Amino acid sequence: MNMDVLTLSRFQFALTAAIHYLYPPLSIGLGIVLVIIEAMWLKTGKPVYHQMARFWTKVFALTFAIGVATGIVMEFEFGTNWATYSRYVGDVFGSALAAEGIFAFFLESGFLAVLLFGWDKVGPKTHFFATCMVCLGAHFSAIWIVVANSWMQTPAGFHIVGEGLKARAEITDFWAMVFNPSSMDRLFHTLCGAWQAGAFLVISVSAWYLLKRRHEDFARASLRVGLSVGLAASLLQLVSGHISAQGVAKNQPVKLAAFEGLYATSSNTPLTLFGWVDEKNEKTFGPKIPSLLSFLAWTDTAKPVAGLRETAPDLKDRPPVNFTFQLFHVMVIVGFWMILISALGFLYFWHGSLFEKRWLLWLLVFSVLGPQIANQAGWFAAEVGRQPWIVQGLLRTSEGLSAVVKANTILAAILLFSAVYILLFAVFVYLLNDKIQHGPDDTDLVPSGKLALPERNNP
Amino acid sequence: MNFGSLDLNTTWFILIGVLFTGYAMLDGFDLGVGALHLFAKTDEERRVMLNAIGPVWDGNEVWLVTGGGALFAAFPNVYATVFSGFYLAFVLLLVALIFRAVAIEFRSKKPMLWWRRMWDIGFSAGSILSSLLIGVAMGNIAWGIPLDERGEFAGTFLSLLGPYPLMLGVTTVALFMMHGAIYALMKTEGALHDRLRGWINNAIIFFIICYAVTTMATLLYVPHMATRVRANPWLFSIALVNMLAIANIPREIHLGRDWRAFLSSCVAMIALMGLFGLEMYPNLVLSNPAPLNSLNIHNAASSQKTLGIMLTIALIGVPVVLAYTASIYWIFRGKVKLDKMSY
Repeated sequence: MNMDVLTLSRFQFALTAAIHYLYPPLSIGLGIVLVIIEAMWLKTGKPVYHQMARFWTKVFALTFAIGVATGIVMEFEFGTNWATYSRYVGDVFGSALAAEGIFAFFLESGFLAVLLFGWDKVGPKTHFFATCMVCLGAHFSAIWIVVANSWMQTPAGFHIVGEGLKARAEITDFWAMVFNPSSMDRLFHTLCGAWQAGAFLVISVSAWYLLKRRHEDFARASLRVGLSVGLAASLLQLVSGHISAQGVAKNQPVKLAAFEGLYATSSNTPLTLFGWVDEKNEKTFGPKIPSLLSFLAWTDTAKPVAGLRETAPDLKDRPPVNFTFQLFHVMVIVGFWMILISALGFLYFWHGSLFEKRWLLWLLVFSVLGPQIANQAGWFAAEVGRQPWIVQGLLRTSEGLSAVVKANTILAAILLFSAVYILLFAVFVYLLNDKIQHGPDDTDLVPSGKLALPERNNP
Repeated sequence: MNFGSLDLNTTWFILIGVLFTGYAMLDGFDLGVGALHLFAKTDEERRVMLNAIGPVWDGNEVWLVTGGGALFAAFPNVYATVFSGFYLAFVLLLVALIFRAVAIEFRSKKPMLWWRRMWDIGFSAGSILSSLLIGVAMGNIAWGIPLDERGEFAGTFLSLLGPYPLMLGVTTVALFMMHGAIYALMKTEGALHDRLRGWINNAIIFFIICYAVTTMATLLYVPHMATRVRANPWLFSIALVNMLAIANIPREIHLGRDWRAFLSSCVAMIALMGLFGLEMYPNLVLSNPAPLNSLNIHNAASSQKTLGIMLTIALIGVPVVLAYTASIYWIFRGKVKLDKMSY
């Protein structure tokens, strides 16, 4: 093989992170949905909410299991493939990761037991508490991992000790590290994306039931929760996206220029809606709106946004521009599309005519792909856009590798992970489809366990 | 928080030890139940075994994740050297852990015989392979691995599969099988419970043989793992506690006190890990040959500031974790009953 360790390690990380990231947003988003549903059940006592809680819990369990299984890989991979990086950042980055374990994973996995298996063992209020804790745990894990990643984007609260191969970052101010310039903006952005992922899964399945005229009461009630969360999250996402982008403009101008395919610095910088970047000739083609980028970045139509020729004159300091541009624009376009369809869905639902609008129901069925595409594209844009740095301005990705790992070993690992992940994904889709086809249990309309007479079902 | 003159490096050496001991005691039993899974013959028995660990295996695995995270934060050089040095072994461990995790979740979702067989094998093979690899890793740490002057691993994947590490791997499988069988005994009733008592005897015999061989091999070929006890004879009491705890297991099983047998098994693990830690201290990874290149609690550690921050985090987090972990075990106490939410 003529592929080098750098390319292979980056590919392996991208592969395992991208596949992992299909699941946690669903857990976070469904977590919120479950909390709302159980709260409604406690408040109204309507059996349909109990049925909904049971059904969506099963879907949650499925995404959670694969999220955990693929997540352990991430925790180990910093050490296996990026040993030099790990030595360099361990003092800072490691503590965020350890905090994630202590504060988030234990909370999540512990109370998950009660959420999944506790229906017959604890009362409804305790169960609701457990659901809240699982949801909180899922959010905590997002907090710490986004904090750690944001530190790689906008490092703060540290100093460099030692020189050459011995150099490493050490914490000087823990809270400055946690609240580094981009962490809260990016956390908000990530969480909105996760809420969308959960909400649009609920929307999609419910719309499908309505189209097939199955479980209609269940579907309507689920759709109401899904559309409310989905629309709220999509609108918030617009706000958070804007705030995040302003942060990137300020803190990572090279990345912003790559997002927008911007080479020249000029006042009244235009925004390219979509298009293509010719990296060789440093030109970006596509419809442009004058002054809009300046306005969005600085709230000032005249103030120039710096282009790549100014911020990264050396080609080796630039990320792959067209790739980053496309990823970023896919995310933005899909984001607007989700606002549009969730608003339409919400409007017609409110008006009572959604159930006759089969075209819209079909759009809602496929809307489940939206958050997944946008989440993936967004993370890829954030990570590729930071290149060639692994820690912005401090350590290059090429300098972070494991010194002792050979290319063909990594290739073997990639092949193994690919085979396992393809299998896992196929089984996930198969079982998810199975659950959806099976639908909610009508027996769940009569609460069981401590909530009513205990019952025994045959395996 | 200010910890005064507290030796933070040593504190973190102990805390990492506590995390990995917790992992061995907790995930040890569900790995062990997995290793025994195929011995259960009927579908109902296999489901009972799965549901015995159903609500807790996930939380148990978090001990490993947190242990890894704590190692990364407290001793980044060890994390980097070991994880990159044991690359293929860790990739295999990850694949094994993935398989057993999803197998638990997927197995009972469909009724087809081939489907259940496939995941049964995945669950069992994944559990055995994970236990074996964890033991092999421990064996290599005890034996010592070749490190260069920068603290980087200088061996190969095959050099990690020496007879002593493999022996420790097999011993770990045996230990977890025994531990898992005792746990399953606590959680089952009726015919399966009676049959498990038979397995336990075999598991104990298997473990004691492995344990004796490993101990002899350690004394003969890895003398540095007995130096401290040799120099301080009172430390032999830990070895004694370990042996008495192991001897107590068949006694409690015979008397039908499953819970106490499990406790004895836990004590045996704590004593073993205690001895391991005592002999390793202050080293975290021994370099063999060239002991000067060993990674220890000083040359592999994070800054004092970080160790202090981490200790604060641990002091806030750990009591909370222990409290709700205990209450969850309490909620799911008693024998397994299959219901419609079961695996």
